[in-house]
Amino acid sequence: MIVLDLFHYWVFITILMMGFYTVIAKQNLIKKLLGLSLFQSAVFLLFIGIAKVDGGTTPIFHPAIDTNVFSNPLPQVLILTAIVVGISTSALGLAIVVRIKETYGSIEEDQIQSEDESE
Amino acid sequence: MNLALHYPILQVIIPMLVAPIALLMPNRKLAWALATTTSLCAFALAIAIAQLVLEGSSHAYPLGDWPAPFGIELRVDSFSAIVLIIVSGASTAALLAGFQSLALEIDQDRATLFYAAWLLALAGLSGIVVSADAFNIFVFMEIASLASYILVAGSSDRRALPAVFKYLIMGTIGATFYLIGVGLLYIMTGTLNLADLEVRILLVEDQAPILMAAGFISVGLALKAAIFPLHAWLPNTYAYAPHAVTAFLAACSTKVALYVFLRIDFFVFQRTLTEHASQFSIYLLPLALAGILYGSAMAMREPHTKRLFAWSSVAQIGYIVLGASLISNAGLSAAIMHMFNHALAKGAIFLAVVVLASQCSTLGPNALNGLGRKHPVVGIAFVVAGLSLVGIPGTAGFISKWLLIEAILDYHRWSVPLLIVVLLSSIMAVVYVYKVCEALFFKTPDTANSQPLPRLAVVTVLVVSAANLVFGMAPGLPLELANSAASVLLEHTL
Amino acid sequence: MSLLHPLILVLLIPTVGAVAISVAGRFHQNIREACTFATAILLALTVWPIAIEVAHGARDSVTLASLTGNLHIVLHTEPLGALFATLASSLWIVNSLYSVGYMRGNKETHQTRFYAFFAISIAATMGVALAGNLFTLFLFYELLTLSTYPLVTHKGDEATIKSARVYLAILMGTSITLFLPAVIWVTSLTGGEFTMGGVLQGQVEAPTAGLLLALFVFGIGKAAVMPIHKWLPAAMVAPTPVSALLHAVAVVKAGVFSITKIIIYIFGVEWLFSLSTTQWLVWITAFTIIAASIVALRQTNLKRLLAYSTIGQLSYVVMATAILKPMAEIGAALHMVAHAFGKITLFFAAGAIYVASKKIDITQLAGIGRRMPITMGAFTVGALSMIGVPPTGGFVSKWYILGGAFEADNFIAIFTIIASTALNAAYFLPIIYAAWFLPEDLAPSKPHGEAPWPMVMAIALTALLTLGFFFLNGPVIELERQLVGGL
Repeated sequence: MIVLDLFHYWVFITILMMGFYTVIAKQNLIKKLLGLSLFQSAVFLLFIGIAKVDGGTTPIFHPAIDTNVFSNPLPQVLILTAIVVGISTSALGLAIVVRIKETYGSIEEDQIQSEDESE
Repeated sequence: MNLALHYPILQVIIPMLVAPIALLMPNRKLAWALATTTSLCAFALAIAIAQLVLEGSSHAYPLGDWPAPFGIELRVDSFSAIVLIIVSGASTAALLAGFQSLALEIDQDRATLFYAAWLLALAGLSGIVVSADAFNIFVFMEIASLASYILVAGSSDRRALPAVFKYLIMGTIGATFYLIGVGLLYIMTGTLNLADLEVRILLVEDQAPILMAAGFISVGLALKAAIFPLHAWLPNTYAYAPHAVTAFLAACSTKVALYVFLRIDFFVFQRTLTEHASQFSIYLLPLALAGILYGSAMAMREPHTKRLFAWSSVAQIGYIVLGASLISNAGLSAAIMHMFNHALAKGAIFLAVVVLASQCSTLGPNALNGLGRKHPVVGIAFVVAGLSLVGIPGTAGFISKWLLIEAILDYHRWSVPLLIVVLLSSIMAVVYVYKVCEALFFKTPDTANSQPLPRLAVVTVLVVSAANLVFGMAPGLPLELANSAASVLLEHTL
Repeated sequence: MSLLHPLILVLLIPTVGAVAISVAGRFHQNIREACTFATAILLALTVWPIAIEVAHGARDSVTLASLTGNLHIVLHTEPLGALFATLASSLWIVNSLYSVGYMRGNKETHQTRFYAFFAISIAATMGVALAGNLFTLFLFYELLTLSTYPLVTHKGDEATIKSARVYLAILMGTSITLFLPAVIWVTSLTGGEFTMGGVLQGQVEAPTAGLLLALFVFGIGKAAVMPIHKWLPAAMVAPTPVSALLHAVAVVKAGVFSITKIIIYIFGVEWLFSLSTTQWLVWITAFTIIAASIVALRQTNLKRLLAYSTIGQLSYVVMATAILKPMAEIGAALHMVAHAFGKITLFFAAGAIYVASKKIDITQLAGIGRRMPITMGAFTVGALSMIGVPPTGGFVSKWYILGGAFEADNFIAIFTIIASTALNAAYFLPIIYAAWFLPEDLAPSKPHGEAPWPMVMAIALTALLTLGFFFLNGPVIELERQLVGGL
């Protein structure tokens, strides 16, 4: 019951840890960035998940809707901002990876490190 | 219209609006001039704000006149004021000193982008300091971080690229942890405004999510602030960034993260979580000590000059955390004062590196040999800054060291071990500062060529070095602000 | 607080002088030397009236800056400080005369840097002498270490830099780890103001007092109490004028002066005498005296021998203070003066011998008395003063210290003084005998006479002072009686 009641929290944790593991364990820089994206997506899911109110409808005022239970729009707004931040970070990260490939010839972290140490 | 009311938002808006204008500049010189002028305006604004809040008052600024907690609020008090002075001062000094150095390191076609990014970084850092809304802090934090990544990546040294990649990964993880923490707080209280959070958290029954939120926020901000053991991104980033960027970031980026850390912890958590005060000390104190010792030890054996001083920064951040974890008026004053004094000392050192690096093609281990003798004025400025870092009486560093030791002596329980660590690390600081000074003055220079020193840079270095002495003998304004900030923070504890 | 207040002038004159010397050095060396002399004479003229006023019982103080709640930079006048300031400033004039002869005779490089940093070191010494509280004392103490460093590394070669590292490491190490915590501790307890009769009584218990005393004695490394003594022989790589004034007079005296001042004005002599946890100081200083004398016996390098002799003589002063009886306290002050005169003479002589004949070893000094009669005559006077033979100044101070030791029934001190007198004779007399009475081992490659005349004049002056102190010590005794009057 605990699993089903808190289903969205379990999803959040799983994806968070998958992303975190990828960032730490993988040597390939692109994979690291993918892990980072996963990591951030998990947080988005957390926020959006809590925005849903039981029995709540879309948070839009309209004369035709006569209920007064709405889902919370604020977290969705917050996440829009966070998604933009995430996109910028990924874009910047990828640009850096392109530059690294140009100057080092490799995007594997261990190879880059050994090149730097042998300098 | 009373312009003073709008200072908080102006501090953020001016650099932010000028950034795209810098992009439109036709050449490097104009872009630099625009950036420097904006930075000077920001500095003047910061001083004005400091005058406003000197009596300990705080000014709230609701954006768009939407009242808190519905709208986003900015708030400045003495703690914000001193950090704003550090940020804008560091930016101005680094820009003034960095013109020739950046001209050498940044390509012409990227120069305008670089200066635009600098202004965004300034806007982001200022925004973090004035925000009173937890999510707003996140947004500005990411603006500042992304802009910093761009600044660091502009280096002509290719080793900056893996360094900034690591910085990006760790910084984003830190920011995301912070976001998770804020999310958890929002779930439990329904508000993001710091002042409102403080009130609403008291009404929450289940303390477990609050505790978790505190953990996530602390870890996230510790990553940004390079508190041991989450400091791994710092040495290489400072070492390989363009020299002026190092001067800018070393003086202020970690201080801002520490500022947020202290503010959120004291304003939101201290009163609500049971036993939080002692938990704070128990977790942070050993980390602070470890950071101090590890940073100083690594600095002693580091051949690369910039990385040596980057490790020194890790140790100095340890001092700040040490002072804060004592949770006393004396400790917090010492910590905040050290933020200011370390920015002065480390800033002067890295600015001197900016000047001296114009004499050598690459900054390898022996690159700075003999340069102190060739250019004695800069050499002496470097020595003064080094003495301030060590904490010799008469310099600014001594004031914060004295305050820190006084706070430790008051702390009774662990006084002696803490004192031993602080004194031991001072000796280690003497060793690594001496190492660099000896190389500067007594070793023979590698190359015989000698180009003229950039004059504006030399003047900036002299001014900042002299400031170390001035604030060492007359700490007036920063000390008042630090004391006031400490009392403001402590008002929010049990 | 006007800028012309005498106490502020005492700091300002040598500092401005340093700037003037640096500027004058670009023009002509004679102008530069004139600046040095002008500054030194001006300083002495400012200090002497202050000392005379203090002798008449006047006291003065001025606050230079207020940093935080209990951190103030304060200068004040009292008998011990006035004596030290007068000693240092007056001997600076003589030393400048000597330096001119030495630097030109040896054709040294970077002379402007030398004279400028010398002036700054004297400024720091004045600050130590006139310090009104512990923080001010610590401030100028550290400045003294830093400003003498360029003087120690003057030659700039590999061996010099290595020795200078030892110098800096020991002095900075002890001051940061031991002296500073003690200063902060006492200042946060009591404000750290130097007050007659001490401020610690009633604030700390006996064991803490013993700990604090240890922190001060070993933290003030300049007093060269063993084991914090290695820096002194290491500093002998400096040119002899530096060794003469700084390491016979200014730096080392700053060390023992600080300890004495702290014992009298922070601890309080009577209170300290009543505690049992502080009696170890006499033992440590006695050990230092004997050990240093024994090591000196085995030295062949003249300057190193003089360095170890200095270590022993410094501990005379500290031991005298530690005896904690009025007569001994006066003896301590007298010995500061007598040792200064005698040791500066000895170092001057060593430097003169080096400049004239390039000899640095005592085994090479046979017969040199006949070639350099004035120099060796002065050396003899200085050595006799170290041994404590009348009619030299050293006799007077030893007399008082011995008297105080008898008064306190301090047998360790009595024994040490007698034993060390014998040891001093053992290492000085053979040198004097060889210099005057033995024939030369080998004729020097080129025959030489005395060293350049400025040096000889300076040597003669200080030798006369050493002799004169035997007869004219009345004013100093009167001055220092005020110190112990309150006891």
